Amino acid sequence: MAEIRNYTINFGPQHPAAHGVLRLVLELDGEVIVRADPHIGLLHRATEKLAETRTWLQTVPYLDRLDYVSMMCNEHAYVMAVEKLLGVQVPIRAQYIRVMMDEVTRILNHLLNIGTHALDIGAMTMVLYTFREREDLMDVYEAVSGARLHAAYYRPGGVYRDLPDRMPQYEVNKFKNAETVRRLNESRQGSLLDFLEDFTNRFPAYVDEYETLLTDNRIWKQRTVGIGVVSPERALALGFTGPMLRGSGVEWDLRKKQPYEVYDRMEFDVPVGVNGDCYDRYLVRIEEMRQANHIVRQCIDWLRNDSAKGAGPVITDNHKVAPPPREKMKASMEELIHHFKLFTEGMHVPPGEAYAAIEHPKGEFGVYAISDGGNKPYRIKLRSPGFPHLAATDEMAKGHMIADATAIIGTIDLVLGDTDR
Amino acid sequence: MASRLESLCQNLQTVLGGRIAGINTAVGEVTIEVAAEHYIEVARILRDHPDLRFEQLIDLTGVDYSAWGDGAWKGLRFAAVCHLLSLSRNVRLRLRAFAPDDGFPVLPSLVQLWNSANWYEREAFDLYGILFEGHPDLRRILTDYGFVGHPFRKDFPISGHVEMRYDPEQRRVVYQPVTIEPREVTPRIIREENYGDAEHG
Repeated sequence: MAEIRNYTINFGPQHPAAHGVLRLVLELDGEVIVRADPHIGLLHRATEKLAETRTWLQTVPYLDRLDYVSMMCNEHAYVMAVEKLLGVQVPIRAQYIRVMMDEVTRILNHLLNIGTHALDIGAMTMVLYTFREREDLMDVYEAVSGARLHAAYYRPGGVYRDLPDRMPQYEVNKFKNAETVRRLNESRQGSLLDFLEDFTNRFPAYVDEYETLLTDNRIWKQRTVGIGVVSPERALALGFTGPMLRGSGVEWDLRKKQPYEVYDRMEFDVPVGVNGDCYDRYLVRIEEMRQANHIVRQCIDWLRNDSAKGAGPVITDNHKVAPPPREKMKASMEELIHHFKLFTEGMHVPPGEAYAAIEHPKGEFGVYAISDGGNKPYRIKLRSPGFPHLAATDEMAKGHMIADATAIIGTIDLVLGDTDR
Repeated sequence: MASRLESLCQNLQTVLGGRIAGINTAVGEVTIEVAAEHYIEVARILRDHPDLRFEQLIDLTGVDYSAWGDGAWKGLRFAAVCHLLSLSRNVRLRLRAFAPDDGFPVLPSLVQLWNSANWYEREAFDLYGILFEGHPDLRRILTDYGFVGHPFRKDFPISGHVEMRYDPEQRRVVYQPVTIEPREVTPRIIREENYGDAEHG
């Protein structure tokens, strides 16, 4: 009889379904995966080391580049850690803006995840639909911060600026005629909040569309039901958080259990899976998008209220932490000095250590900051949610067919910028 | 929240007693410090004791304290810092253990207690050179294949030691010593207390 040996193949680092630069070494027995060994670090940029050589404020843009599909959430955990060390209070309006943008980010992230996950395992159409909606939310990002991806919008003490009163408009060019431009600009006539409200009105119908395409789709179910099953006990031991943990049936959401900012004033439900397979995690993400949409609506209602409740500053008036407004700088020497010191030397954070965690779309994103009193962090450790999830690939993929490796990578919502840091 | 932290501190004191080398509460977070020989035992109690029940190891990281406070640090150099989370009691805890030998830092591995420690310990080994005794697969994880050194140690320069380029004559990628000059735009400063207060000039 011929000798049968296991076969080892490289999945990636240049594989379209590897979501970036993941090298997965698969040991196969026929088509069955015996061992999956992810090799990461191909996108390692040593963000934590770089942060040690930058001032506290200069580190913020680096955080965008970690998980480049949920930018503002990364910043959020970082600024919360810095605020915790500084003991700075964030104005209530900034807290609402942060929660709103976090939820916009959650929708962005889940749209990308569901779209590309479906694309990876054979449903081409999904990604076209989800990217249509992402485009609108990218415009929100751009209107708010000036950048579609790397926002650098959250700052220690608040957010960089208040929400804009008008949306940027499309202009006629050789690709878009006047009629197209008029149609595109229809929802952009009012302020950012009007545009976002219009989106939240449209969005539930879009989610229904996705569900028609996938939820009862026979092929989708064949590819995801019963694949990558993780029991609740294993999910806890493996350090799962976010939709991965909830998909396994553990009811744990930091927004509910350890509320930060104004999440305790928000009304929303936490979806929980039953079987802990790829399909349940997909259902959890779909429902999270609906809930996120609901939270965005509540924030819009509050922020729109221009009376005493909704108005106010969006960044702290502690000018050792946040710059003074331009007008004041022109008239007051003290404010000018504050501005100069803040942007040359940077803020001084009292010695100590703090860990701030948020419910990132992918799970718990935590920032552990150690300060020795200097103008630069002594050590920043970024706890990225994808890291323990990817570490569990071996356990999840073992015994499945090689084609299921793609489904498993898709379901852990992998972004290598986040895993490798 | 405050009462939950107090009861956590009390539970820690009663259950762990003399095994804790230090306990402190700051900015709403509890930190305990243990000696390396008690590290694994304390971790096991933290996970299993009915009054504590830390089911999840959220994070484990190495820290190099050698440059802390511009030379103000007198203690041991390398530490492993764990962040634990108890879902049933809804509390977090930070657990720190210093490696006894600065030249050859070794700590016991937590993989058997929390499987999530696997990659975190590989990362701490890769970046700081802390060896975790009992780890099943202590390979480098984030740095390049064949990388030399532990890049997150404070004596490792930010620009690194080698750079990579394509050599057209050998027709392959080669390593060479770095050619970039280290540059610091904003120097690192630690100001004395009350710096910048009006009454202190």
